[in-house]
Amino acid sequence: MSDVTTPATQGREQDAVGTPAVRPEYAAVEVGVALPTQRFPVNRETLVRYAGASGDFNPIHWNERFARDVGLPDVIAHGMFTMAEAVRVVTDWTGDPGAVVEYGVRFTKPVVVPDDGVGATVEVSGRIAAKDDEERTVRVDLTAVCDGRKVLGMARAVVRLP
Amino acid sequence: MQQCAEAAPDQGAASRVYPEVFAPMALDQSFVGRSYPPTEPYEVGREKIREFAEAIGDDNPVYRDPGAARALGYPDVIAPPTFVFSITYRAAGEVIGDPALGLDYTRVVHGDQRFAYRRPVRAGDRLTVSSTIESIKSLAGNDVLDIRGEVRDADGEHVVTAWTKLVARAAEPPAARDGHAEDARDRTTAVGAGERV
Repeated sequence: MSDVTTPATQGREQDAVGTPAVRPEYAAVEVGVALPTQRFPVNRETLVRYAGASGDFNPIHWNERFARDVGLPDVIAHGMFTMAEAVRVVTDWTGDPGAVVEYGVRFTKPVVVPDDGVGATVEVSGRIAAKDDEERTVRVDLTAVCDGRKVLGMARAVVRLP
Repeated sequence: MQQCAEAAPDQGAASRVYPEVFAPMALDQSFVGRSYPPTEPYEVGREKIREFAEAIGDDNPVYRDPGAARALGYPDVIAPPTFVFSITYRAAGEVIGDPALGLDYTRVVHGDQRFAYRRPVRAGDRLTVSSTIESIKSLAGNDVLDIRGEVRDADGEHVVTAWTKLVARAAEPPAARDGHAEDARDRTTAVGAGERV
């Protein structure tokens, strides 16, 4: 689904099933370090699948006629889909999605998904923004971009590391 | 669920143009702090988690393989971090649809979303959600509603808290829709709306 477009900054490698071979340790993580950027393609099929899995059947996510009728340029992705993809930059890095203790985003721009055989791509990058020695947590600030525009604001995840 | 959208187009253009005529009726502040009774339990199933993980294209084995989950210290497969939104948003629907609150849910879009986890949601959980209205504000003619959902398991233990900010966009004035330059733009403020003047 996604491909890593920048090299891992800490020599991380992934095995066949997506779990990092080397899990990051709290002591070794430095503020300012970038996590591997990932690109998440999204097309109409992606949205239909997500609608079914999440139970969000709002027609703006699958019905072009309806979307245009309410003034949107085209069908748009579920904001929660984008939110789900963005945090993968963090969970793919740690390998343990259960280590996420906090995660929040603001939905600033819609991800427009045309029915053109290509769809859209959301590119997500992350950076270690802070460390909390007492909790042994790090805060990762995420940036999600589609068509050159930021689609999430204040996207932050706090994750506990061993 | 069906009226939740994420578009964030020009806010309240119409009410800036005609503030004195079309200032929306603000929501009743006395609803701040109001809590709604816990929902019926939602039972989290392995296959539902797998389906969700597939839908977001995430092949992490901890979402599918109980052995992989146990290796990380979990009793069963866990759910991706945002999985629980399906459950909390359904609970928030009771707030949104509360006729006494008087929110026009046809104009509601999703503004912010945040989660704080005590532990990950996992297969076998029977989760209930208690929703509370944390704040009601009026910004640029839009009603902004913050709802907190406390998610607990069958033992009553806290699992995760979800904060959902919903924005009900100001109703657009009929006058602005006749040949007004911003008409096309204004239409985007009514995402999900069937209610057009």
